[in-house]
Formats: sequence, structure tokens, C-alpha cells
Amino acid sequence: MSINRVSLPTEVKKTKVGIIGTGNIGCDLLMKVMRSPLLECGIFAGHNPDSAGIKFARQHNIKTTVDSIDYIEKNPDCCEVVFDATSAKVHLYNAPILDRLSKFTLDLTPAKVGIFCIPIINMDDILNKNNINLITCGGQASIPIAWVLSRVHPEIEYLEVVATIASRSAGIGTRNNIDEFTQTTKDALKEFTGIKKTKAIIILNPADPPITMHNTIYALINNPDMARIKDELCKVELAVKEYVPGYKISLGPVYENGRLTVIVQVIGSGDYLPPYSGNLDIITCAAIKIAETYVLKRFNKK
Amino acid sequence: MREILFFDTTLRDGSHAIKHQVKPELIEEYCKSMDNSGVYVVIVGPGNGLAASSLQIGLALLSDNEMLSIARKNLHHTKLGIYLIPGFGTIRDDIIPAIENGVEVFKIGCHCTEANTTRQHIEYLRDHNQEVYGVLMMYHMASTERIIEEAKKMQSYGAHGIILMDSAGASTPEMVKKTFSGLFNNLDIRFGFHAHNNLGLAIANTYIALEEGASIVDGTIRGFGAGVGNCQIEAVAALLEKCGYKLNIDLYQFFNTSEKIIKPIMLEDKGLPAISIVSGMAGVTAAFTKHVESAAKEFNVDPKDVFIELGKRKVVAGQEDMIIEVAKTLSDRAAYPPPLT
Repeated sequence: MSINRVSLPTEVKKTKVGIIGTGNIGCDLLMKVMRSPLLECGIFAGHNPDSAGIKFARQHNIKTTVDSIDYIEKNPDCCEVVFDATSAKVHLYNAPILDRLSKFTLDLTPAKVGIFCIPIINMDDILNKNNINLITCGGQASIPIAWVLSRVHPEIEYLEVVATIASRSAGIGTRNNIDEFTQTTKDALKEFTGIKKTKAIIILNPADPPITMHNTIYALINNPDMARIKDELCKVELAVKEYVPGYKISLGPVYENGRLTVIVQVIGSGDYLPPYSGNLDIITCAAIKIAETYVLKRFNKK
Repeated sequence: MREILFFDTTLRDGSHAIKHQVKPELIEEYCKSMDNSGVYVVIVGPGNGLAASSLQIGLALLSDNEMLSIARKNLHHTKLGIYLIPGFGTIRDDIIPAIENGVEVFKIGCHCTEANTTRQHIEYLRDHNQEVYGVLMMYHMASTERIIEEAKKMQSYGAHGIILMDSAGASTPEMVKKTFSGLFNNLDIRFGFHAHNNLGLAIANTYIALEEGASIVDGTIRGFGAGVGNCQIEAVAALLEKCGYKLNIDLYQFFNTSEKIIKPIMLEDKGLPAISIVSGMAGVTAAFTKHVESAAKEFNVDPKDVFIELGKRKVVAGQEDMIIEVAKTLSDRAAYPPPLT
């Protein structure tokens, strides 16, 4: 479950990545790539020359294009790894092209084309795949907890998560994909835990100042082994914290009336949006973590 | 004059009041009782809409599918509707099954500042030729300008109408007036109000909304609903009739449902009794109520009819002796109906 810290070889040529999608997620990814010891941004691709994201990237002297996927198709050497932060619909169009170009693709939309990944759970199983789906921010935050609960109590029949995010941190892509977002979170919960019935609820709260991303995980359990659950939750919290520094169990586990509750808050690192946007960090940090592990593994093979 | 549509949300909002323990018999009896009463649609499902049966909101006794199937079997004239909040339910798991279950009216809702989270669902339903309304919840939390902007977004997605929910019952009459005149000046589609009664203003506020151009009354029989309850549709209907609105509804059918089906299942009765609504409509002093009830019992007539007849006779305070006379007359009339002319 624990992930080894990326140990940096002495001389590493940085791997070029492409980022498609210039919204909140794309820009947050860009800032994390700029800090990475292993990655550099080869192309920042959107379609709107006036978008805030394109301007932001130019200010940081990053190569940009408004030809989106077409640019990568025509200039396949611009990157080896692609982060797709567009929308579920656009990713359905991009995915076969990226597959043909053999790009290691990290899909941050809820399009569900490729295999789901939660780094602390199945990183080792996905690095040889071409298309990795990051599920959703709510999924990245809640599935580690749900996974622990289902391992301690495989008999759980019902589990539910409620992810509440600040309205300002939910960009137009998230809003236009709220249906896939809800469905994908629910489906991924089921897939990772094996629990028969799962539910995902997504709430947007427009309060100003904005609220911090808040995730509640509920499970119906008879006679929970609280000592073991606590112990396992501590381990998983530390493991996620290793790549998402602001990940914190803020309440629980609490058990009442047959219901076990755990609450996780995610404080963002404040890269593109202020720290309330833990929902950006939880998914962009996971994507960066996967990309770095992929690059490192390939390097170690050579 | 424009047609007023009654959206009957009793079974859904009332679900909150009985901790989501809506039983199959209630849905069956309720739908039978309200079918063809003149309400435009009966909305069925858990308190926060389809897919909201949860540990967060409360687990419902019945599955969504069970609720919809029972309602479908018992509504033959009145439409069957659902409510859905994106983020709770999805197109694949909830909307498609609802269409297959014969749902005819869809209300898609969100917090009042988040209209663009309803776009996918409204557009999907429009593309599938379904009747769909956009709902903005907790409307008191945003400015009038913002509410208009969000309502216009829903209109642009193809909603057939917009409903504002005063989810906290926090409206003042001035807020309602300002908001609804704003909608009237800015929307091309019909719009309506879902009021709660926390400040005792649900009926008054609904009336103000209608006077400002709203044409959907979204409320519940006997006010059965979350917290202190909703805008009581039989009371607002009585008020509207009194004010000269032409409604195509059977008020006595509303009253029957209130007294016979909803009153017995309420954990706390927060609604106005039918007899009080009728005495208000008839303009007869409230002090007559106990006397009317006992005389009606004595002569085996409907106390509501006694009040209506007393109203026609323009009785004033202190004329309690008229009660027994009217009750006797109605009783005789029932036994020996006048010949048809």
C-alpha cells in the first residue's frame, strides 16, 4: 500500500508531457509538472486562444497551441506522456488518436475509456496500459478509505460517499460532466471495494470564502472492528499524504446506529487555485504521481 | 387568463416528514385519491428526489422503482412526475429507468447558483421529447439578478418551465414580489413557486408569486412536507378561487385527500383543516367552527357544506342559531332533492 518516494537518479533527462485542456485542472497540472524533477511540459494544448489557461501558460514561457489534439497528432515528438483534462466527450474523441500514437495517457475526465487507477491501490497493475483513468476528485479522495473499510469488513453490503466541493473550484468541464462524474465515482467505488451497492453524491457549495473539499464516507457495518479500522485508516492516510500533502482524515471513524462515518478533508497546495480547491490537488497529484512512477520505471529498465 | 398548473409534490416532500418511510399503500391510496382531481402532476420519490435514498439524507423504505411502479398503476388522468438533483442521480441509473417506468414530467434541480449542473439532464430529456422543468433550490441565498441569470440558463437548455424553491421558507413578501416580477420580465417560459411555511407565509407568498406572473403552484396537500411543511395546495386553491382565478380542479377531492389520507399519517399535523379553509372561503366567523362540526354530525351532512351555505346567507357574528337551521335544511335537501328544472 505504501508508495516509495521517487528517488531521483543523478542524471535524468526530463520526460516531455503534453497537457490537453486549459481549464482549472490543466493549469494546476502544468504548475505541478513545472516543479517535477522528472517531467517537463512539451505542449500545453487548448482550442481557445483567449482562454485564461493559454495566457497563464504563455506567461510561464510554456509552448502552447490552440489546435488541441491535432497539434499532438501532427507533432508526435512533442511529448511522450499526455494528460487529458478536457471533458468526457472530448476524451472519447482524443483517446483512439492517443492510442494510435502510443502515448501513455492519463485521462482526468470521467470518460472511463481506460483502466481506473488509485495510486495506492493498483499502481503496479496499470503502468503497462496505454490509457489510465483517474476517476474523479471525489473518487480519488474517498476510494482509499472505502477500500480499507471493505478489506477489514468484506461483508459490507452498502457504502456511500458524499463529496462537497466549492463552486468556484468546479470549472465548466466538471459542470458539463456532472452526470459522468457522479456515475464514474459510483462505479469506481464498486469496482475497487467489491461492495454490491454503492452510492456517490456530489454537492457544490457556493459559499464565500469558499469551503475546503470535504468527503464523507458512510458504510453500514454490524460490529465494526474499530481498532483495526483505525489502524488501517492511519496507514492509508499516510500513504495518500505522500503524494497529496493536504489529505487528512478530519473525523472518525465514528460508529452510531449501524453506520460508520469517516470524513476526509483535502487542503490543496494552492498551485493554480487557492487551497480550498483540494479537489484539484487530489486528482492532479495522483496523475503526476502515476506519470512520475511510469517514467522512473522505464528509466530503471534501461 | 393564463392556466395555473398545480404540481403536487406531497409524496416527495412529505417523505421528509415521515423519515422517508412512505409505504406502498400510501402511494396507491394517494394516487387514486388525487387522480383526475385537476392537479397537473403528482411527483413521486424520496425527499431529495430520485437516487436520494441514502445514509446522508435518510434511507427510504421503498426503492425508487417500487414507488414509481405503484404510482404508475394508479394514475390514469394525472401525470406522473419525478424530481432529480444532478450529483445524486444519473441519466443511466435513474433518468432512463424513470422514462421506462412511464414518468411524464421531470423536475431537474440544483442549488440556485449552479444551473449549469442541470444542463446535461435537461438537454437529455429534451432530446428524448420529455417534459422537463428546471428547479432552483434555496433561492433566498442569491440576488434576484443571479436568480434570473440562472433561470435563463435553464431556459436556454430547453426547460419547459422554471420553479424556484424557497427551501428554507425564508422569503419575505417583498423578496417574492421582486424575484417573480424579475422572472416575468426576463423569461419566455412559465415559472412557479415551491414555498415552505417557516414564517407562516407559504400561501401568501405563493399568491404573490402568481400575482407577479407565476403560473405553477408547487405544493403539497395539507402542507405535508419537510420541517413545518409546504404551501398547502388546497388552501391556496381556495384562496385563488375566492380571488376570481378560474381553476380546473376539484377542491373537495383535495379536501378528502387531506382529511382521509394525509392527516392520519402525519407525525405532527401542521396543515390547515379543510373546515377552516372553507369557513375562510365562505367568510363565516371562525367562532362557529365547533358548533358547525357538531350540527353537521347530528344531521349527517358535510360541515364544509354548512359553512358554504352559511356564507351564502351572509350570517354575522352572534348568529349561531342559523347553524342548526342550515344543517337541517341541507339534510332535508339530501333526503328529498329538489326536482330538476
